[in-house]
Amino acid sequence: MAMATATERPAHLKPVSLKTDTAVEMIGVHKWYGEFHVLRDINLKVTRGERIVVCGPSGSGKSTMIRCINRLEEHQQGKIIVDGVELTNDLKRIDEIRRDVGMVFQHFNLFPHLTILENCTLAPIWVRKMPKKDAEEIAMHYLTRVKIPEQAHKYPGQLSGGQQQRVAIARSLCMSPKIMLFDEPTSALDPEMVKEVLDTMVSLAEEGMTMIVVTHEMGFARQVANRVIFMDAGQIVEMNTPDEFFKNPQHERTKLFLSQILH
Amino acid sequence: MAITTEPVAYVRTAPIAEQPPPMMARGWLAWMRENLFSSVGNTILTLIALYIIYLVVPPAIRFFFIDAVWTGSNREACLAANVGREVGACWAYVNAKLSYFVYGSYPWDDRWRVDIVFALGAFGIAWLLWLDAPKRGLGALYFFVIFPIAAFILLRGWPAIGLQRVDTSLWGGILVTLIVSIVGIVVSLPLGVLLALGRRSRLPLIRLACIIFIEVVRGVPLITVLFMANTMLPLFLPGNMSPDRLLRPLVGVALFASAYMAEVVRGGLQAIPKGQYEGAMSLGLGYWRMMRLIILPQALRIVIPGIVNTFIGLFKDTTLVSIVGIFDLIKTVEVTLVDPTWATPVTRLTGYAFAGVFYFICCYGMSRYSLAVERRLAAGQKR
Ligand SMILES: Nc1ncnc2c1ncn2[C@@H]1O[C@H](COP(=O)(O)OP(=O)(O)O)[C@@H](O)[C@H]1O
Ligand SMILES: [Mg+2]
Repeated sequence: MAMATATERPAHLKPVSLKTDTAVEMIGVHKWYGEFHVLRDINLKVTRGERIVVCGPSGSGKSTMIRCINRLEEHQQGKIIVDGVELTNDLKRIDEIRRDVGMVFQHFNLFPHLTILENCTLAPIWVRKMPKKDAEEIAMHYLTRVKIPEQAHKYPGQLSGGQQQRVAIARSLCMSPKIMLFDEPTSALDPEMVKEVLDTMVSLAEEGMTMIVVTHEMGFARQVANRVIFMDAGQIVEMNTPDEFFKNPQHERTKLFLSQILH
Repeated sequence: MAITTEPVAYVRTAPIAEQPPPMMARGWLAWMRENLFSSVGNTILTLIALYIIYLVVPPAIRFFFIDAVWTGSNREACLAANVGREVGACWAYVNAKLSYFVYGSYPWDDRWRVDIVFALGAFGIAWLLWLDAPKRGLGALYFFVIFPIAAFILLRGWPAIGLQRVDTSLWGGILVTLIVSIVGIVVSLPLGVLLALGRRSRLPLIRLACIIFIEVVRGVPLITVLFMANTMLPLFLPGNMSPDRLLRPLVGVALFASAYMAEVVRGGLQAIPKGQYEGAMSLGLGYWRMMRLIILPQALRIVIPGIVNTFIGLFKDTTLVSIVGIFDLIKTVEVTLVDPTWATPVTRLTGYAFAGVFYFICCYGMSRYSLAVERRLAAGQKR
């Protein structure tokens, strides 16, 4: 709803959509860190426009799983197919996939030596070869959407955590991603800033963005998720609609986890 | 409940308005008491420092200015017996030899060419170092491409356009010192960055090659590198091609400095958090773009003190090129020391004092400039 009132999309900013109906498909994915088996036979299919929330105890492999989707981590067995393209060692293909898959990190990872505006225009200019003027126009559009256009010429270090995370979201959006990955986007924020970031994500979901979100914000999961995934010890142990997931958890581990975080 | 409503310090009943900080006005006497004589130990240190200043500064001032001889055409002017008092620096000697200190044996009639190169270089350096200068991209093009070509043609000569050929064996003095150090500085930074990246590369062959280069070059004295460059460089080149005798130590100095630079830059790279790489990669930036736009600007900024340290070391190390027969500033000073026209007890001291002042001004200038840059960058992005 917040989004409906956002500024008009610039004319040259065409909405991008996925080429296929399956945004991400993981088939029998395994990964090891040395001897340590982090991901064990992960199977997951995310369809276009779907919102998936991933939760689970710390160290269960949630980050590792979504980082495999844009190859920040390499899987050693199984297949990962992103919008019809399989992830292999082909560096060119990896960069192409990364262009179309936005990622928001727990610690924002903004570039501290660049202004907010430069953070947002860098990739469109250098990766998408967009003229600077167009890139700035798009950046201002998205900064307006995340409600901080007035901060455009400041440096990340001068903004609050919540503002920085919203900039990080805007920076991803400037690349017109087809899929957005979020890795605990609100965990590093002071409580009063969580809502502003979640609001931004909700409005993104309402626009039909395909999203995979690692979070423990159960309110967010209830509101926007199509499916909730619960991970434990490198495996997906439960996958259900939010209603069923919260009302009727099947797995012992899930029940314990929910009782801990929902008090 | 009978709770007393006495004014209790723990809980405010009304908000306090903002107040100005307490007055800090203090005279210089208070300042001295606080900073120089605040305790017995502090007072002793202050007195020792004053005594050292008393020992060092007045004699230096006497040597450089009060007792100095400023004019004269030969050694007679600087002999204590003729002057009738103690003689400090014999600036008359420096004055007489100044043009040799600056140009070496560069032919008299062609020294205007060197002057033009100095002027062009100073212009380029000012353009680059002045951070608010207009068109700094063009300035870089000028300094790194146009200026070197022009300087080479002017200094070396080009008979086709009427510039008589001047062999590098005639070049000398400050001219050579500046050439060796500026080439060393300009080459060692990019080469050092490449070596540092190579040392962190995931490709084992590149990593190994960089480690071997850095450790070998860093592990031997510069004199060895200079001798090796002098004798081995001709062996690498085919047949009758023999590299210029000035070029050889130039390569040696540049390679030597780049090995040090590589380690300085690597220190900066290590200080960049993994998240910066991940942020850049997740946007689809390839390796080189990520390095150039995200990682290196931050890494180099962190290690500016180390980089300038290496530059200053390199600048002073250029004096060693005299070992392989190059007439840098120190060497030209030494040559004039045996000139009987100026043989006095203070000539040697004066010559080295002159060289010392020259090196100090250059190095201190670099140091101050880098401090200014650091302060400015720090003001831009507060973390
Ligand atoms: N680079 C790494 N090397 C070795 N082990 C790692 C590395 N990254 C993560 N791990 C381990 O893998 C497990 C899963 O990590 P992670 O995916 O970050 O969990 P989560 O995000 O669910 O908290 C943890 O036990 C963690 O210690
Ligand atoms: Mg995690």
